[in-house]
Amino acid sequence: MSPRAAWRLESLGFSNVYDYTVGKLDWLAAGLPTEGTNANRPRAGALARKDVPTCRLEERLSVVRDRVRSQGWEAAVVVNEERVVFGLLRAKELAGDGDQLISDAMRPGPSTFRPYVLAEEMAHSMVDHKLESSPITTSDGRLVGLLLQKDVVDAVRKSA
Amino acid sequence: MPKEIDRDGLRRMVEAGAQLVEVLPAEEYAEDHLPGAISLPLRHVDGEGAKMLDKTRPLIVYCWDIA
Repeated sequence: MSPRAAWRLESLGFSNVYDYTVGKLDWLAAGLPTEGTNANRPRAGALARKDVPTCRLEERLSVVRDRVRSQGWEAAVVVNEERVVFGLLRAKELAGDGDQLISDAMRPGPSTFRPYVLAEEMAHSMVDHKLESSPITTSDGRLVGLLLQKDVVDAVRKSA
Repeated sequence: MPKEIDRDGLRRMVEAGAQLVEVLPAEEYAEDHLPGAISLPLRHVDGEGAKMLDKTRPLIVYCWDIA
């Protein structure tokens, strides 16, 4: 749509026309502020827990489990040095055989959501798919935080 | 020929005074738009719609994504 608009504006005598081709999706996916009726509604990125423990593929489950539980968590996100998400450890995976490497213990390729998704949409999706938690990532796969179903359901209830 | 611009380029140009125009339908603009953008849906990009824009300043258009 924007290329047609850009060319048409040139034909109308505008000589210095630029096209932000990746558009509003790119802007929202980067977590940047917007204006409009949705601007102040809660979104996944704001509700996600930024303090979620992270771990690496090559760590041992017993070590990660101790660290995660000492921080009061029952979940961790598996990332690389660039914070790109590789997997998720929920309560079930954390309770596995402690001698395993994280690469074997984790749930690989979890569904992730973008920071701009509205809380209502997230709540529906997480309840429907029985997701207790979902990593929120930027469009290039980097971790923003872990969104807990109970946090998003609470936020929707409060804003109703 | 219109020039492609990325997010950083857009921010620099808007700071320097470029006009930012969303060409999506008005309802989508009302829900969410980039700070400072004005709404000129594609259907209204014509001689009449262009009157709300300044020909002497650079202009950046955008929609939802590449599609």
